[in-house]
Amino acid sequence: MNLTIPFDPAIRILILAAVVFNVVLILTYAERKVLGHIQQRLGPMRTGFHGILQAPADAVKLMFKEDLTPNSADRLVYQLAPFLVFVPIFMMFITIPITATLVVQNLDLGLFYLVAFSSLHIVGLLMAGWGSNNKYALLGGARSAAQLISYELPLAFAVMGVVLLTGTLNLTTIVHNQALVPLIVLQPLGFVIFLITSLAEMGRTPFDIPMAESEVVGGPWVEYSGMRWAIFFLGEYASLFASCALIVVLYLGGWMVPFAGGLDPITSTVLGAAWFLSKTMLLVFFVFWLRGTLPRLRIDQLMAFAWKMLIPFSFLNLILTAWALVYGDELPSLLPFIHPAGSWLIVAGSVATVMFAYAVHRQTRRTA
Amino acid sequence: MTTPTTGFQTVDMHINVGPQHPATHGVFRMVLQVDGERIVDCDPYIGYLHRGFEKLSENEGWHDVIVHLDRTDYISQFNNELCYLLAIEKMLGVEAPERAQYARIILSELNRIVSHMMFYGAFGADVGAITPFLYAFRERERLQRLFESVSGARLMHFYFRAGGLKEDLPSGFEAEVRGMLPTIAAGLDECDRLLSQNEIFLSRTVGVGKFTAQEAIAYGCSGPVLRASGVAEDVRRSNPYSLYPTLDFEVPVGKQGDCFDRYWVRVQEMRESLKIVQQCLDRMPAEGSIRTPVPRYPFMRVEAGEIYFHTENPRGDYGVYIISKGGTEPYRMRLRSPSFSNLMALKPMLRNAYLADAVVILGSLDIVLGEVDR
Repeated sequence: MNLTIPFDPAIRILILAAVVFNVVLILTYAERKVLGHIQQRLGPMRTGFHGILQAPADAVKLMFKEDLTPNSADRLVYQLAPFLVFVPIFMMFITIPITATLVVQNLDLGLFYLVAFSSLHIVGLLMAGWGSNNKYALLGGARSAAQLISYELPLAFAVMGVVLLTGTLNLTTIVHNQALVPLIVLQPLGFVIFLITSLAEMGRTPFDIPMAESEVVGGPWVEYSGMRWAIFFLGEYASLFASCALIVVLYLGGWMVPFAGGLDPITSTVLGAAWFLSKTMLLVFFVFWLRGTLPRLRIDQLMAFAWKMLIPFSFLNLILTAWALVYGDELPSLLPFIHPAGSWLIVAGSVATVMFAYAVHRQTRRTA
Repeated sequence: MTTPTTGFQTVDMHINVGPQHPATHGVFRMVLQVDGERIVDCDPYIGYLHRGFEKLSENEGWHDVIVHLDRTDYISQFNNELCYLLAIEKMLGVEAPERAQYARIILSELNRIVSHMMFYGAFGADVGAITPFLYAFRERERLQRLFESVSGARLMHFYFRAGGLKEDLPSGFEAEVRGMLPTIAAGLDECDRLLSQNEIFLSRTVGVGKFTAQEAIAYGCSGPVLRASGVAEDVRRSNPYSLYPTLDFEVPVGKQGDCFDRYWVRVQEMRESLKIVQQCLDRMPAEGSIRTPVPRYPFMRVEAGEIYFHTENPRGDYGVYIISKGGTEPYRMRLRSPSFSNLMALKPMLRNAYLADAVVILGSLDIVLGEVDR
């Protein structure tokens, strides 16, 4: 069953661009609706049926707005920054497989590529912060650089557990490995750490410190307007979607629909894509939910959390995984119907996750 | 700080926050000197909302002054009116009828809840949570509608008069307030659950902006800011006025005077206010006079003399000092605004705090710029 998209890569990327823009439009609308209902209001209601045209209307408005460059700004740096934020995030989509066949380019080093690109937009944010010649923007840029770089480490370590278990960096193969059991079962701690670091990479609540509205008034974005601002915005929501999709691929079994073997290629592709997207949207909803509920951390608490909690525990996760893989099969199985290494991974991982939760609780109490 | 070996210097950055900034709750400006994320020093600038009410009052009739008081602390209008009118009544030697007294206390205490709800929402936004604001406004809106039915205005009520009230309470007022109390109590509990136990909220507020009792007294702080530091000082208790001596309520007190205590004291005060309102409703005569006759403008004159009178406003000890030369208007009027004194504590609190704490500390002082500048 070889059903690849019958276009050459350039055209596929154009299609992908169209898809990404539309996804962002949907996400902005979804966020406003979800937040509205969490906060006991309705969200957009005036533009079209239940405000469904609000996102396109905003997009048109942004396109027609004046693109201002402050006189004192570093023109080149300032004007280039939004693109350096958006392009790396967009590049992440290239290798994320929606199904085995619905992928722009399946890379053997896919995961490595993704981890590399997921932190590249720091450069753009720093440029925006520096180029704006604004103190709020500078603070925001410095904050985002500090935050993204420190959260890059636990992210990479958490992913390492997946790589050890599946023995590959190819995302399609990683999903195929989850045909029976999604990796969240074997890597509970890895999943939690990856989720938290992803939130920080996306700059979403409670880690929205670089943009903190009530402190640095939008951070690196503060001087931007019109289309350049819209591109930052596009990048933020695209990164939200990409990160959620990546979590689905790595931990939640991707497009693998349970009990749906033996379907013809087209049905299974459609079903798989729907399965994949619904899981992704569920995660996206979770992120919106957090934004509607949680306050924001302070920058020093954020850094302490990364270095004192996430990095040690992501190491622990990596060591546990490696240990279970090497010695697990020589030990008796802990759980019925599961082979020994798997059972040790599940039990040790769950215990470690509880330990992690307790440690986080203790640390917040201590700083409090 | 300098590092002479390289020839490069690191220089502290000066950040101008305000007068237009989402965290300043009005038009307040502070210049922060920061070393990275640490605040080294802070220069507050006030005066952007100065409207000269104290001077204006010298040219207006005794009753016309009330509209200006509404506009000083524009979140606790009834409380301001009450303070001024109790002062005038004392000078005139009249006392409002019982029904009017109870009505005034009910409205003032409900106004305290409105004001603290406003604080609750804004404080949540300062800490970075966007939802508490809308939850708080849901409760605030119920009361705001009630106030509108009483006085005809949502914000600038102009409802209390020397000797009583402008007119009787609308029919069904008591029943409406009675029906509303459990709803507000439930809403308060909901707000409490949303923020008070949140780990992130705790880690952002506990231990931040500590102020000892001695410092708080030395800086002239009052109200929740003072009580959070552990001083059980409440004008309603220490220098009672109107019918407060007969009412039963607690004065919540904090322990270590940090941002969380200031928040917690206010949340508790809202519950106490509900208790007070309940008692007043039970005791208020169903009907009767609502105003002791006092000559109206331009015939109303106050005997020559002077008076200082202070009451417990949501923000603290609100005082009014009036000199009368026996004319139809005050010869001199001066307000003691709690926000102003509380704001003075900002500078010592901010020293060595993080930049993000500046927003939280300023929020926890709960200033109203209309009252700071008058």
